[in-house]
Amino acid sequence: MTILLTLTVLALISIALWQITKIFELSQPKKTNTQVADDDDNRWNGQLMFAFLIFIYAITLFSFWKWGDVLLPDASSEHGIEYDNLMWISFAIIFFTQTITQALLHYFAYKYRGEKGKKALFYADNDRLEAIWTIIPVIALAGLILYGLYTWTDIMTIEENDDALVVELYAQQFNWKARYAGDDGVLGDANVRFLQDFDGKNLVGIDATDPNGFDDVVVQELHLPAGREIIFKMRSQDVLHSAYMPHFRAQMNCVPGMITEFAFTPTVTTEDMRQTDDIKAKVKKINTIRRENSQALLAKGEEALEPYVFDYLLLCNKICGASHYNMQMKIVVETPEEFEKWMTNQQTFAEVIQ
Amino acid sequence: MSTAAAQIHEEEDHGHHHKETFITKYVFSQDHKMISKQYLITGLFMGIIGIAMSLLFRLQLAWPEQPMGIMSALLGKWAPDGVMDPNVYLALVTIHGTIMVFFVLTAGLSGTFSNLLIPLQIGARDMASGLLNMISYWLFFLSSVIMVISLFVEAGPAAAGWTIYPPLSALPQAQPGSGLGMTLWLVSMTIFIASSLLGSLNYIVTVINLRTKGMTMSRLPLTIWAFFITAIIGVVSFPVLLSAGLLLIMDRSFGTSFFLSDIFIQGEVLHYQGGSPVLYEHLFWFLGHPEVYIVLLPALGITSEIIATNSRKPIFGYRAMVASLLAIAFLSTIVWGHHMFISGMNPFLGSVFTFTTLLIAIPSAVKAFNYITTLWKGNLQLNPAMLFSIGLVSTFISGGLTGIILGDSTLDINVHDTYFVVAHFHLVMGISALYGLFAGVYHWFPKMFKRMMNKNLGYLHFWVTAVCAYGVFFPMHFIGMAGLPRRYYTNTAFPYFDDLANINVVISVFALIAGAAQLVFLYNFIYSIFYGKPTEQNPWRSNTLEWTAPIKHIHGNWEGKIPEVHRWAYDYSKPGYEEDFVQQHIPLKEGEEELQH
Repeated sequence: MTILLTLTVLALISIALWQITKIFELSQPKKTNTQVADDDDNRWNGQLMFAFLIFIYAITLFSFWKWGDVLLPDASSEHGIEYDNLMWISFAIIFFTQTITQALLHYFAYKYRGEKGKKALFYADNDRLEAIWTIIPVIALAGLILYGLYTWTDIMTIEENDDALVVELYAQQFNWKARYAGDDGVLGDANVRFLQDFDGKNLVGIDATDPNGFDDVVVQELHLPAGREIIFKMRSQDVLHSAYMPHFRAQMNCVPGMITEFAFTPTVTTEDMRQTDDIKAKVKKINTIRRENSQALLAKGEEALEPYVFDYLLLCNKICGASHYNMQMKIVVETPEEFEKWMTNQQTFAEVIQ
Repeated sequence: MSTAAAQIHEEEDHGHHHKETFITKYVFSQDHKMISKQYLITGLFMGIIGIAMSLLFRLQLAWPEQPMGIMSALLGKWAPDGVMDPNVYLALVTIHGTIMVFFVLTAGLSGTFSNLLIPLQIGARDMASGLLNMISYWLFFLSSVIMVISLFVEAGPAAAGWTIYPPLSALPQAQPGSGLGMTLWLVSMTIFIASSLLGSLNYIVTVINLRTKGMTMSRLPLTIWAFFITAIIGVVSFPVLLSAGLLLIMDRSFGTSFFLSDIFIQGEVLHYQGGSPVLYEHLFWFLGHPEVYIVLLPALGITSEIIATNSRKPIFGYRAMVASLLAIAFLSTIVWGHHMFISGMNPFLGSVFTFTTLLIAIPSAVKAFNYITTLWKGNLQLNPAMLFSIGLVSTFISGGLTGIILGDSTLDINVHDTYFVVAHFHLVMGISALYGLFAGVYHWFPKMFKRMMNKNLGYLHFWVTAVCAYGVFFPMHFIGMAGLPRRYYTNTAFPYFDDLANINVVISVFALIAGAAQLVFLYNFIYSIFYGKPTEQNPWRSNTLEWTAPIKHIHGNWEGKIPEVHRWAYDYSKPGYEEDFVQQHIPLKEGEEELQH
């Protein structure tokens, strides 16, 4: 029935269009009945080109005014500050170039719209002009490349050290686990072959013959101490996943058969983050939306949504199957003392398999 | 060369005598003009499917979990109670990407216009090999048919994203789409690659060998330069995708471990050892990135021609335009790693790829500025084709600029695979190349179908599409900058993203209007084939050779001798001439200087 209706609507639209075309054609019998643009067309399309330039500026400004608050808050990691700087510099260059080039393009399209009898300027080449707009991007890009590479090297050079906390992120369809190295600071060997040992209690496949693994701690919620470097070792047991922690400007793929690495130092605890103005405003806005949605749900006799509290997120950001959209883990950043206290309450691998 | 042409001509004279059957004229035709129409119509048909799919998942993204009649009508059991299944969502984005990138913007764009324009603009009777050309089209047709069939497979079509990264694509246990649907996808793409290679080789050989007398490389229209360079990129990079596909088929069906290692899935340890998915990513993107330029360069070639013609001005900086095409083509083969900054490859490689990637901005900037300067002090004839060409420059700039962020390995860390990427590549390559396709269709429709398209419907089509394109993709940058990953069935699983819901609605509404605007084009296209106003010989008063060929399509393109070329293609508004255009076959006047370009 729906298909029939859709088809009828489509057919009606087609007929309507056909009639409109007819009217267009009949309404201009006196003019040369050609489908090539004439002065009238050039005039109104030229004016629309100018209007379109204003539209581009307007949609840019409107989006920032209306949706500027959905952008990520300031970075909560040490390298994230540098990242944000580079991002704003790049954006400044982009907006500058965008504003000027779009203006030239659309203004010329308006200004030089065709008229009968006018002749265009025969102007085929100018080496100096071309040199200018080759060299300017070269300079701008050289700066961006150098700054970018400096930051990149800084972020990606990971040196093992005693102060750093080593955490394994373990991905599987469709959840995350984290493993801490325990007192010895060394993660025990692991492989998917060991996953079925101990009646499935060996959640990340730790090799029970490696003594380093006994004090390892496997958890479902990621806790991180603020102010300490965290070195992540990523693994996946089935397909590609990507550990994406947007608030820390951190991301790395998890690849089956291989261990990948990323490191950062979290700087703001979850508690402190909740008290920032940005997050307060965001949480308030989200809870307003959720209340409205809840009313609709209650009207249908369903349960209301729970109010939202801010937490850092770990998301999967590489397509991994049906529930890819819901593969998440909560991240709690806390003071070192809170972290140590939390850690002592966790079971080690040795305790789990007993 | 001239003897070859003469030979063909001689054969042609005989050719007129025998009658062509329906089959040899319309189905298994070896005539490049007919093959180009076949490519266009197949491409448009696939385009309808691809765009319809995007509208379906835009509905899902704007109104998740809401029962919709259209879902159950179109998806049946895949949308229980009118709500799309998550697996189907992934299948839709996968097939949308595959169809739009390969079937519409590679075969539909390059196949159509390379076939139509290469022989006509260089002054050749036909392609170097009509037979290979015909086989190329029919392989494309076959691969399209298989791709469409894969939509009707019990467990659904391929759903691992258009990049089909293993192990997701390799293991049927990982998702329903990785079963028969994936097999058909691989078979279809293998045939597609064969088709593309045959086509590309033909284009290259034709451009090198069959140019008419006087048509030196430095007098080639920029369209031909673009098609020629595109064909070279295709020949260099498509075979690598073929090898990636074949190795993946081996892993899937014959138990090899090229891309797989240490896998535990569905309660079972698999036997694969020693392979690496990262290897697949390298092989895939060795094609995947040049593919972006395979899609984009023909569109840039088309707009170069259209902008010059409709500005009634020479294209500004012809040599720079060719040089930048060559530079982009060369660089495009050494930047694939920027898709893999966070794949786990060595960070030093990331540095190298950042460097090469950002270099591409230089020839791109040259192109954009040269287009703008071509408009300056022109006498712009704002035909629909011209509007789409200007629109292309606009989206090419808007989309290209954000590439500065994504090409920078540092900044890529946090926007990689978010909607920021989706917004970027849709503007710079999807929309731009589509605009190129539309511009080409409006401009060369008279050459293909002997009739004109309705300009007012063309204007309506352009303006609605142009507004909606920005309406869809501009807000999408914000969703990406908010940290929302792409390929999420819905973002309701994260309360954190609840404030993005209304942006998604705005995007979807624009997308639906844009979709409706394409119906205007479709209607105009079909109506004009049958009832459009018959065209004049040279409706846009253009310089290139195709407009000297008779309106009626004949085998061999020109009655009698092929015109000889005496000048470049851009003598528009040249001082000393009354008309504002001088066609390429008109000899230089006494004392007239050919521009040193």
